[in-house]
Amino acid sequence: MMAVSEQVGVWLEEFSKLVSPEPWLKALRERAFARFAETGFPTTHDEEWRFTNVSAIARNHFPVGGVDVRLACSRPVQALAYPPSHETLAAAEPHLGRYAGIDVNPFTALNTAFLASITMVIVPAGAVVEQPIEITYKAEDGKTAHPRTLVLIGANAQCAIVETYKGAGQYFTNSVTEVVCGDGAVVDHYKVQQESPEAFHIATMQVQLGRSANFSSHSIALGGALVRNDANAVLSEGTEATLNGLYIVNGTQHIDNHTVIDHAKPHGTSHELYKGILDGKANAVFNGRIVVRKDAQKTDSKQTNKNLVLSDEAVINTKPELQILADDVRCTHGATIGQLDGESLFYMQSRGIGKSDARNLLTYAFAQDIIDRVKVQSLKDSLERILFEKFHEHAH
Amino acid sequence: MSLLEIKNLHAKVGEREILKGVDLVVNPGEVHAIMGPNGSGKSTLAQVLAGRELYVVTGGEVIYEGQDLLAMSPEDRARAGIFLAFQYPVEIPGVSNMYFLKAALNTIRKSRGEEELDAFDFLNLVKEKMKLMEMDQALLNRPVNTGFSGGEKKRNEIFQMAVLEPRLAILDETDSGLDIDALRTVAGGVNALRDPQRSMIVVTHYQRLLNYIVPDFVHVLSEGRIVKSGGKELALELEESGYAGLGIDDEGEAA
Repeated sequence: MMAVSEQVGVWLEEFSKLVSPEPWLKALRERAFARFAETGFPTTHDEEWRFTNVSAIARNHFPVGGVDVRLACSRPVQALAYPPSHETLAAAEPHLGRYAGIDVNPFTALNTAFLASITMVIVPAGAVVEQPIEITYKAEDGKTAHPRTLVLIGANAQCAIVETYKGAGQYFTNSVTEVVCGDGAVVDHYKVQQESPEAFHIATMQVQLGRSANFSSHSIALGGALVRNDANAVLSEGTEATLNGLYIVNGTQHIDNHTVIDHAKPHGTSHELYKGILDGKANAVFNGRIVVRKDAQKTDSKQTNKNLVLSDEAVINTKPELQILADDVRCTHGATIGQLDGESLFYMQSRGIGKSDARNLLTYAFAQDIIDRVKVQSLKDSLERILFEKFHEHAH
Repeated sequence: MSLLEIKNLHAKVGEREILKGVDLVVNPGEVHAIMGPNGSGKSTLAQVLAGRELYVVTGGEVIYEGQDLLAMSPEDRARAGIFLAFQYPVEIPGVSNMYFLKAALNTIRKSRGEEELDAFDFLNLVKEKMKLMEMDQALLNRPVNTGFSGGEKKRNEIFQMAVLEPRLAILDETDSGLDIDALRTVAGGVNALRDPQRSMIVVTHYQRLLNYIVPDFVHVLSEGRIVKSGGKELALELEESGYAGLGIDDEGEAA
């Protein structure tokens, strides 16, 4: 591992070239950079990064570049972007960095230090939006991108959001998405990570949930060489939150999913189901922290992580982390690591289905469980197609 | 030529020898019942014929349609017309009954050099066979055996058999856990498939099933060997005097 000063040096050079249009943004960036300069990249000595070695990101420095963000939405959703619009900055100011602060992790600090563009979505209170709001981030080959997204959903509004990450070649995407759901809002969020096989992808999603809001997120991770997702939600009174995920890794891919569900107020409910399929020499990490604060009585929380390991060389590290400070709560967690069921394979073979087809069908079925929960039909269809091709291809 | 010829078959699971020299000849159109107490090796024989890898064949041979059956993979055996109705049908969450059966049927048809059925023809075939088994069509869209009652699982096995039309059907304790109405339906489904070209091996602990599926031959398996063979009267004899009447401990070695 390089010394912190050495790591930070290349970034400092670029940072000093940045021009800030607004004093508050300049100040925010400077604070963020100072924070990053202090910590540098995390190492495996850091408990939060114990199983994920990011030294490859420090070693392979890609110059800061842009990211092509496409946003599709229908009225009354308001889509704002900076640049070009300075109004976006004014609208973002009260929220930016307030949920995903620079202390969340060094990458959030780095993203904030290089904050040059903002994608912002505003869903007015009470609006029921039929069409999903789609945000697609396309990375530039050989560059580092720091996409920053802010989604503000008004009270009692209802919408679906699909974020998709794509790219070709070698690059580093370091994204931060902040989502604020007003009281009683019903939000269905999806993240589809289809980065190139050589990409680095680090992402933090920080969600702030209002009273009686119902937020559900599905994180589908398919691409990338080195991937780390942090999905964090802070619940309010009577909030219901679902954080689900599916990761499918092969070759030498490494994926780390860290989640934090913070029950800050009473009567919150949370569900979490992460499923992983590992093949080749792939590595996966699941770390699910559930915090139940002292006055968050009557919390009901359930966490499950299931892994299907298809090869002898794949490695999974799974860890629940429960911090329960209230005394009248129900929290359950469980993790499984298994192989394809021999009896199921034999049953299929005994009906004439070839062994490799049977394996593929069972693997597909394992993932299907998560895909079935996707409510946006077009997304569900495309995910089914992707998975079908993935496991079909695998057979030959 | 006989359809199936089992000669001096030995098989073990782990270190335990279960089949200790089984001999059996099945000709086209014949129905053979294999009876025996728990632990006698009945289910092992059924699973060995279907190709379950858990059991290791340590001696003897099995000739099916003139071919060395033991050299074939489970899927090749199925494609060659062997069907095992499982004692404990396996639940496969995430794979619909319909998808599963269509994949199975079309693989088997393809290997026979027949054209694959399209969705329309497949559905017609399936509807007809479901009627035969008095099955609820809603089960088609459910995952394979998942959340099915015991009776539904057994019906589903015979339903699959009706769709796949095997040459040799092996029914492994298909009667276990069925009430009398379900037993009649299942037996009715099996009888409808009796055919001069189709043979069956019916494995059962109790004579009851054989009132409905009347066998041509009955064999008694004990401690891994066929100790007595006869006509359908042998089953009635067993019903009268029990396995003890043959000097067999009904508890066997293990359940």
